[in-house]
Amino acid sequence: MASNAALDLRFPSDVQQIEGIVAQVVRSCRACRFAGRQLSLNVPVALTEALSNAILRGNGEGAGKHVRLRADVTELRLVLEVEDEGEGFDLEACTQDPTTSENLAREDGRGLFLMRSLMDRVERFRGDGNVVRLTLLRR
Amino acid sequence: MSLQVIKHGDVVVVEVDGQLIVGNRQELKQRVLDEAEAGARKVLIDFAKAGYIDSSGLGVLVSLAKRLRELGGDLRLANLNDDLQTLFELTKLDSLFQIADTRERALESF
Repeated sequence: MASNAALDLRFPSDVQQIEGIVAQVVRSCRACRFAGRQLSLNVPVALTEALSNAILRGNGEGAGKHVRLRADVTELRLVLEVEDEGEGFDLEACTQDPTTSENLAREDGRGLFLMRSLMDRVERFRGDGNVVRLTLLRR
Repeated sequence: MSLQVIKHGDVVVVEVDGQLIVGNRQELKQRVLDEAEAGARKVLIDFAKAGYIDSSGLGVLVSLAKRLRELGGDLRLANLNDDLQTLFELTKLDSLFQIADTRERALESF
């Protein structure tokens, strides 16, 4: 029987935290029998993007700031909420198409595109802070 | 992530072991730039032991390819697993890089 899981983590705004946190979420998804490709690609890459956006852009690498991650994993879906202390951003306006000829050779600008390509739904809203919610249906 | 650098004639092969992500991408960038500074012009990144790559890791590969091409060289890639292949296709970076199935084929291509 699959085991549902809920995580609620608050951690210092530091990119070195990302890999361990992603591994923890992937373990929870594995316990809920998510597909191999979702465990090795969709979840780790999209969550890494959301966490690095929160740390580098939302919190602006500010010392003393924190990021909160809530993860709710069931046999049906994964819902991740990444909250930073920033002002937020317009998801539609900030998502670029990195595949156009003018953007293809750019070093940056692929993060939101990958998040939205690898998740079933990406939303941004104000909670206590700026929240990005990622939803992935189990396959 | 750990990196291993091996020389095959005039080609510098960099093996990436683990994830190439925002927290460690500078390590790969600096390592390849150091090799370029020392005269290397043909660089092959071998992903046989790599895990996932995020957008900043992809960005570093783009940046290094640009730098090596400015110097008259090239950056090529080998051994992308299915996940990495998907990432390169999604972002169309498969059109920007020469990608080989094996290290041997990549070495022959230079």
